[in-house]
Amino acid sequence: MASFLLNRLIQSVILLALVSVIGFAVLHLAPGGPLSQFALIPGMTQEQLAHIAHEMGLDRPLPLQYWEWVSRLVTGDWGHSYRDNQPVLAIISGRLPATFELMLTAIALAVLLGVTVGVLGAVRRGSIFDSLATVGAMVALSIPTFWFGLIVIYIFAVKLGWLPAGSRSTVGDGSFSDYFRHLIAPAVVLALVEVAIWSRYMRGAMLDVISQDFIRTARAKGLSEKSVMLRHAFRNALLPMIELAGLELPTLLGGALVTETVFTWPGMGRLFLDSLGYRDYPVVMGILMVSAVLVLIGSLFADILSAAADPRIRL
Amino acid sequence: MSSATVAAAVLPNRRLAGTSPRSRAWGRFKRHRLAMFGSGVILVLVFAVIFGPMILPFDPLHIDLRHRFAPPPGNGHLFGTDQLGRDLLVRLLMAGRISLTIGFMAMVVSTLIGTSVGVTAGYYGGLVGTVLMRIVDAVLCFPSVFLLLALAAFIKPSILTITLIIAATGWMEVARVVQAQIKALRHRDFILAAEMLGASGRYVMTRELLPNAAGPIIVAATLTVARAILAEAYVSFLGYGIQAPTASWGNMLNNAQQYLNSAPWLAIFPGLMITLAVTSFNFIGDGLRDALDARMDLT
Repeated sequence: MASFLLNRLIQSVILLALVSVIGFAVLHLAPGGPLSQFALIPGMTQEQLAHIAHEMGLDRPLPLQYWEWVSRLVTGDWGHSYRDNQPVLAIISGRLPATFELMLTAIALAVLLGVTVGVLGAVRRGSIFDSLATVGAMVALSIPTFWFGLIVIYIFAVKLGWLPAGSRSTVGDGSFSDYFRHLIAPAVVLALVEVAIWSRYMRGAMLDVISQDFIRTARAKGLSEKSVMLRHAFRNALLPMIELAGLELPTLLGGALVTETVFTWPGMGRLFLDSLGYRDYPVVMGILMVSAVLVLIGSLFADILSAAADPRIRL
Repeated sequence: MSSATVAAAVLPNRRLAGTSPRSRAWGRFKRHRLAMFGSGVILVLVFAVIFGPMILPFDPLHIDLRHRFAPPPGNGHLFGTDQLGRDLLVRLLMAGRISLTIGFMAMVVSTLIGTSVGVTAGYYGGLVGTVLMRIVDAVLCFPSVFLLLALAAFIKPSILTITLIIAATGWMEVARVVQAQIKALRHRDFILAAEMLGASGRYVMTRELLPNAAGPIIVAATLTVARAILAEAYVSFLGYGIQAPTASWGNMLNNAQQYLNSAPWLAIFPGLMITLAVTSFNFIGDGLRDALDARMDLT
């Protein structure tokens, strides 16, 4: 286990280094790079731009710039927002709880619903329910999240008036039920794609397990079908799902950005869009790096968890 | 099952379904009802967006403030009109031209990038392969919407730049699929034979390996069209894609939220078009996966 852990950690560090190179490349891909903001100021002369570039170190060789950028990143100095001069890391971490709240609720929904649909589909393979679930999952994967959000708002907020149309809570009302009512619609919208993915994977994993010898043995022992499915097949099919949780993080984060925008949810995704609008380069870069690091940590955890649960993976 | 029974089970089937692998694949594709449905929808859509705007008596850019927010179907406007009184149907079709074009073009570019990276990594393996695939892993760490927006916000939007940005964030899946396929074929006897005959690396990659990986590449490419149409919709909806007055399915939705109460059809129709197109490409991809899987010849 120790050598497996070490191996995975080293791989993650290498990946993290590559992620930072790509992040840096994106930073410099944009015409003008971090300077683009200043170039927009009316009356800005080429000379002044060159001066700012010099002050920001942009006229130095790229490897040197990269090194400076990374070493500051590591020490937690992610620069200051162009907009309000607050430290980038503080701004982002202030928004993370709202995003996590949304993502965790959506994941819980997706796991519950997706696993149930997937297991039922596998147990009754070829049934009408199974075909409907298959087609439904493919359609769900094709619906743009933001449009689904608009439709949910139209039906449940505009027409029926059951749910609020956006934001995280009503101003002046700090009650739990108020928070909960605001959470329902965005969490369901964010969960849709994940439910589809989880049900597909769960169905596949169940079918894989059901075709194995120990299931035949369990049936031959005369165990009831229910016991075979739940105690033998289901438990073993859950294993690959741990890894899926890690794999799905990028999709979930991307979905959160869109969902937060539609529902004016005060999370990291909205902050990202607002910052893009203000050309707030340091914050944009910061969020890009934070999301990549979150994804990296997520997949590392998923790997460790599945290795802990299944000794075969460690070999 | 012994090989004799396999042959007995397979041979009559083969004769029925035609002899070439291609016609057998077509036979399987035809039996995939969802894929046939998807192909039909895409055909209709392509014809509609090409010829529809020529037939309809409305100009997609003609502003008619007296007839704004006409609910469908009214005054000859089958799908109603928008906040500036423009006919929604003709705008949907014009937007379809843009969105489908971007979807196809981004698919071509990202399939080219992904295939080159995948073939190179799969063929050479070793350090080159590891480095290339690690780069793929690293790019995949960024949620694609974030990367897409970060690039789109700082690059002047046009059909070409949006296409390239979508392609730049969508080639990794193709690279993974191709690399896995090439790696599996790499040590097969026919490759060894070609190399022993003195074929160059480039010859082996393009003439021997690539044709044998065509199936998975075609499947991945089809799914990439679906993904690219969605990506365009996301970027344009969020305001960094195709810019008004040019319509795309995504940017038609970015004003729709404020009129949700008074003119819900402005939000409903463009989203339906996106869903229809993307679902169809996903169905086709699914059908192609079944049809082009060579192992299916045995069933």
